[in-house]
Amino acid sequence: MKPIDNKKRRTWWAVPFIAIIGLTLYGCPSQQNLAGSSDAAQKVYVAPGEHDEFYGMFSGGYSGQMTVYGLPSGRHLYTIPVFSQAPVSGYGYSEETKPMLQTTHGFIPWDDAHHPEMSQTDGVPDGRWIFINANNTPRVARIDFANFQTAEIIEIPNAAGNHASPFVTTNTEYISAATRFSIPMDEETLENQDVSISSYAENFKGTLSFIKVGEEGEMNIDFQILVPGFNYDLSHAGKGPSADWSFFTSYNTEEAHTLLERNASRNDKDFIAAVNWRKAAELVANGEGREIPAPHYRNYMDHNEQRAKSELVETVTVIDPIENPGIIYYLPTPKSPHGVDVDPSGRYIIGGGKLSSVLPVHSFEKMIEAIENEDFEGEVDGIPVLNYDSVIHAEVENAGIGTLHTEFDGKGYAYTTAFISSEVVKWSLETFEVVDRIDTYYSPGHLMIPGGDSMQPEGKYLVALNKITKDRYLPTGPELFHSAQLIDISGDKMELLLDFPTDGEPHYAQGIAADIVKERQIRFYQLEENNHPAATKTEADTRVERDGNNVHVYMTTIRSHFAPDNIEGIKVGDKVYFHVTNLEQDWDVPHGFAMLGARTAELLIMPGETRTLVWEPQKPGVYPFYCTDFCSALHQEMQGYARVSPAGSNVPISYGTGN
Amino acid sequence: MGTKEKSLTAVAALLLGLVFFVPIWTIDMDAPQYPEGIGMEISINKIEGQKKNDLLNINGLNHYIGMKEITPESIPELKIMPWIFAFLITSGLVIALWGNRNALLIWILLFVLLAIAGLVDFYLWGYDYGHNLSDDAAIKVPGMTYQPPLIGTKQLLNITASSWPGPGFYISLISMGLASYAFWSGKSSSKEN
Ligand SMILES: [Cu+2]
Repeated sequence: MKPIDNKKRRTWWAVPFIAIIGLTLYGCPSQQNLAGSSDAAQKVYVAPGEHDEFYGMFSGGYSGQMTVYGLPSGRHLYTIPVFSQAPVSGYGYSEETKPMLQTTHGFIPWDDAHHPEMSQTDGVPDGRWIFINANNTPRVARIDFANFQTAEIIEIPNAAGNHASPFVTTNTEYISAATRFSIPMDEETLENQDVSISSYAENFKGTLSFIKVGEEGEMNIDFQILVPGFNYDLSHAGKGPSADWSFFTSYNTEEAHTLLERNASRNDKDFIAAVNWRKAAELVANGEGREIPAPHYRNYMDHNEQRAKSELVETVTVIDPIENPGIIYYLPTPKSPHGVDVDPSGRYIIGGGKLSSVLPVHSFEKMIEAIENEDFEGEVDGIPVLNYDSVIHAEVENAGIGTLHTEFDGKGYAYTTAFISSEVVKWSLETFEVVDRIDTYYSPGHLMIPGGDSMQPEGKYLVALNKITKDRYLPTGPELFHSAQLIDISGDKMELLLDFPTDGEPHYAQGIAADIVKERQIRFYQLEENNHPAATKTEADTRVERDGNNVHVYMTTIRSHFAPDNIEGIKVGDKVYFHVTNLEQDWDVPHGFAMLGARTAELLIMPGETRTLVWEPQKPGVYPFYCTDFCSALHQEMQGYARVSPAGSNVPISYGTGN
Repeated sequence: MGTKEKSLTAVAALLLGLVFFVPIWTIDMDAPQYPEGIGMEISINKIEGQKKNDLLNINGLNHYIGMKEITPESIPELKIMPWIFAFLITSGLVIALWGNRNALLIWILLFVLLAIAGLVDFYLWGYDYGHNLSDDAAIKVPGMTYQPPLIGTKQLLNITASSWPGPGFYISLISMGLASYAFWSGKSSSKEN
């Protein structure tokens, strides 16, 4: 192995972590039964028919979806398909939604979705959209709160892994994203190179991406900043005085490429990258940076035509901090920091040193002063490294072991998860001392307070998002769903109220007052506004047309029949397109469409919507199709037949309903 | 008829102009699966759902029990009624100018007769919709008919149907009342003279 180039990085922080990890990993037996009190039960009780106070939007992690819970009840309300195909609705299977999953690597029906992040106005979640990242094949999705559907997915070129994403600036000007893994990139084109992995230190680079968000939410990558080949982990935008800045944690500043658990844990300090996005954006707008080929897809739902479209964007603008000083600085941060969080006032930048014994709090004010005074302790690839002592505001002692993420209650307190010591620690933003701590079950990663990463937290509840569930619920074999724990933070002492299992990995979550979202809801799509090219708006217009080997069925559904429901003249070798329009104009009356032998999923068609299923019958016979969504007393009668004749037979196309 | 009676008669006639803008009758339907309710508003020239697609959805429900579709375009009353009201307004104004008490009495009686005829017609319309069911209806409950109440509330399977006069009806009543008052007050003043 090539010796690690130290580049002036010092090693002050020698803490015997391995021993601590060994001691604590099996600690914390869950003998306590804190949620047993009737007081807690009352606080989470939402009577039948009543609505929860908050929406909780949880990432599905490796399910690739987003799950919606009501808080405080913990009721699972809905799952939004985002990066993974969803048989429940046909998302990613129907012709209208397949383009959403298009990438330059082809059709990718899965991803690892980590960080939901709501759009903000003036630093406060506004309930317009929620964004979420795809960690594996770098993408960012936008979900519309009007219908809880994925409205857009943009691919991020020149990135490998997309973990530090998607974090919004205070007026949703930008969403930031950063490469998790650095890769060897061609100096000119940034194209991924075929080189030896051991040449990591010479060849590997990373990028930080800034995605501009338009009025209607449309996303485009405005620019990328070329950065040294570290791993970039998490991010948060500044707010208030620091609103023009975004912060990114990095690890593996050692630039190791194998056995990182050891080789990337050597430096006592890694960095938080502070990026002046406002300045970078201005430079780019003034023609700095260079446009390079970087094909990437932007997939979006065309609301007019009710179908997703894929558009290949050919280039991206890249800006190099060496040629453009002043857009990025490094804040030394102990040790392999994971989370980076900015308090509601925008004055403090808190790193989560996952291997550090103290929780470092940087001061934005001191950072600006240090930049003005050029108080640098060195530089890495042209990026100035500020002096730790000059920017650090405080180190919170005893903040737990394995501190990861911090959110705020808006009342002067911060709450930090400690992964290894399995607890949430509450500390003061005035004294920087721990004032309370509560055990969690077990190993919390992120935590969420509604609005807790914004300028206006609603500091009533906290949700700890735990990785391990052992013994909390009835066992379900070797796999146990992760758990979310609801903690009351309205008083001086934190109180555990409820825990509930979650789907996939509830990696991070966002919460918002239900009223803000409720008023934006669409109840059904107006049929007259459905401009899908294959929409059929009345039963009189239903028909079956042959076009070579393609058969197009223009079908309608309404309680409780299909039109047509008898179709003949299909032949083996045909590709049959069922274009199904739901004629209902009533809330909560979708119809399903399932076809025997179809190699996709069902269609679930919302009122006023059109969806297309492709069926390629393999054998002659008469095949039933039926409605899957229990729509009325006569739902079971909602069915029909398609007759398939052998290839080359001369059965004419015919169809009908009610004869 | 004095000036007071003439003006009252004119107001009674003109008031009827408002009937063109508000429903004359409403039918509310409550069912567990329609927590926000669903219903119809009947005006002199149209029938509308209370919410945008209520009529569509009511027809969707009605088809299970074999009721005819409610298609406002095919209901002749909705074409005739505006003319009747137009006639009442014009004739009322003419009588107000003319000042003939007997004519006013005829106007009032005619108005009352028309109102009764309207209610009878509405009852018959409801009777036809509720009784004249398709033979191949999916849901047939022996002895069950689905005539909405003329006025009041009635349980029809799982639906509680309530039928009540709308603002247009009350406006008509006020108009009638004003005209009658004009008639009677004209009578007493003519005695004194
Ligand atoms: Cu159905």
